[in-house]
Amino acid sequence: MFRFLVTRLAYLIPTFFGITILAFAFIRLLPGDPVTLLAGERGVTPERHALLMIQFGFDKPAWQQYFYYIADVLQGDLGKSVVTKQPVLQEFFTLFPATLELSFCAIVFAVVIGLPAGVVAAVKRGTWFDHTLMGVALTGYSMPIFWWALILIILFSTPPLSWTPVSGRIDILYYFDHPTGFMLIDSLLSGEKGAFTSALRHLILPTIALGTIPLAIIARQTRSAMLEVLSEDYVRTARAKGLPPWRIVGLHALRNALIPVITVIGLSVGVLLAGAILTETIFAWPGIGKWMVDSISRRDYPSVQGGLLLIAGIVMIVNLTVDLFYGLINPRIRHRR
Amino acid sequence: MASSDEALKVPAARRNVRAERLQEFWHYFSENNGAVAGLCIVGILILLAIFADVVAPHSPIEQYRQNFLKPPVWMEGGSWEFVLGTDAVGRDIFSRLIHGARYSLYVGTIVVTIAFTAGISLGLVAGFFRGFVETMIMRAMDVILAFPSILLALVLVALLGPSLTNAMIAVSVVVLPHFVRLTRASVISESTRDYVTSARVAGAGLPRLMFVTVLPNCMAPLIVQATLSFSTAILDAAALGFLGQGAQPPTPEWGAMLADAREFITRAWWVVTFPGLAILITVLAINLFGDGLRDALDPKMKRS
Repeated sequence: MFRFLVTRLAYLIPTFFGITILAFAFIRLLPGDPVTLLAGERGVTPERHALLMIQFGFDKPAWQQYFYYIADVLQGDLGKSVVTKQPVLQEFFTLFPATLELSFCAIVFAVVIGLPAGVVAAVKRGTWFDHTLMGVALTGYSMPIFWWALILIILFSTPPLSWTPVSGRIDILYYFDHPTGFMLIDSLLSGEKGAFTSALRHLILPTIALGTIPLAIIARQTRSAMLEVLSEDYVRTARAKGLPPWRIVGLHALRNALIPVITVIGLSVGVLLAGAILTETIFAWPGIGKWMVDSISRRDYPSVQGGLLLIAGIVMIVNLTVDLFYGLINPRIRHRR
Repeated sequence: MASSDEALKVPAARRNVRAERLQEFWHYFSENNGAVAGLCIVGILILLAIFADVVAPHSPIEQYRQNFLKPPVWMEGGSWEFVLGTDAVGRDIFSRLIHGARYSLYVGTIVVTIAFTAGISLGLVAGFFRGFVETMIMRAMDVILAFPSILLALVLVALLGPSLTNAMIAVSVVVLPHFVRLTRASVISESTRDYVTSARVAGAGLPRLMFVTVLPNCMAPLIVQATLSFSTAILDAAALGFLGQGAQPPTPEWGAMLADAREFITRAWWVVTFPGLAILITVLAINLFGDGLRDALDPKMKRS
């Protein structure tokens, strides 16, 4: 296992440097010179411009600049936002819990519905339930989620129903500290009456919008994994032994079918973050997805650069974790070269 | 005479084999109702896109100033003149949707063509040369895959400037790694087969080995991937249009139409509903077709 861990970690190093090169190149490839870009809308005087060029090291050759950039990144310095003047790293981690909370709820929603649905579809293969479910799953998989979010708002947030709020994480009339950054937990801790329900109601629609594509992927993957496992010899043996069907499905088959499903769940983090960009923009959810879109349209390039690096880093770490976990539960992968 | 007869016979036999294969493929494909339905819808969309000027009742950009936000025909206040209603500046939604089919199919075609050719070339090079070249190419693909697709596309468009062309370039880059990985993997597994060795021994040059001997045998998964990337391309380009980074107004691109419609969400549901429905139906049809294609081309599924 240790050897496996080391090879996988070594694998990440070139990818990490690739990501930093991309983030580094981003600001330099933009039309216009970096100081003018970093100065933002206000601009700088020519004298100050020349001074800043030297101060930031933009007069040095590119490879040297890259070296400085890497040194800064490794020390946790990702530059300052042009708009808010805050360190990018700090901005990112202030907003990150909002995205994490939303993504977590979305994946729970997707698993809680997708997993059992996929199992039932596999067990009842070829029935109308199977066909309907797979049709719905393919529709969910094909869904333009920015439109789906708008349709959910039309259905549930506008009259006649008006069940759920349209934007934000909680009603503005609740005001309390945010020790964890997770609204559901903070609202419970605050002890304010109604705060938790309000936070929950704000979460419902974004969760459905964001969870739909992972839900479809999980349902499809569970079904095909279950179908494969159900045709294995040990399932036939279990049937021959006279075990009740629910035991065969629940204990013998599901356990083995879960391996590929867990991988799919882990790998959908990239899908979730891509979806979060659209979902957060529509529901005015103050997370990193909306922050990235806003930063791009505000031309806040240091934030975009830092965000790129951090998001890719997170995806990379999650993929590594999934990989390791997969190796842990499946020895066949671990020992393969 | 005998030799010319021989020469005629071989191509005829080959044609027969090809026809047989196609027949077998169609046999499996047509068993799948969803796939056939998907194919039909795609066919209709292509026809609509080609004959948009003839089919659409109005110009996609003409503004009828007496008819702002007119509801669809079956609602109170609707009329047959504007079947699916009009948008906030009085343009006919139905006509805009028909013209929008052009952009979506155009985006899908261009993106898949770029990613397919570039991806196969890189994959072939990686699979044949191995070593350092392979490592460089594959690590570069890992870097692209480390970013959520829309984010990378957004950033690339920020670099290039918002337009439909740049959105297509950005989406091509985002879908590229899948083609490279698939090609490389099948090239490596095919290279050890006897027929490749025999071609090599017979003195086939590298280009011939790559494109004539190996590539045709790697095509099945690549074709399926091309179909699936077609729908990804349409979705991502529409998302970019929605975020204001893709096609620019007044282009009747479906994603851009949705971006315009957002503020009328409480007053005029039809402005929001139809463009998205068009995207969903198109993507769903292509995915249905792709699923059917995969099942028909995958020999493992055939026997079961």
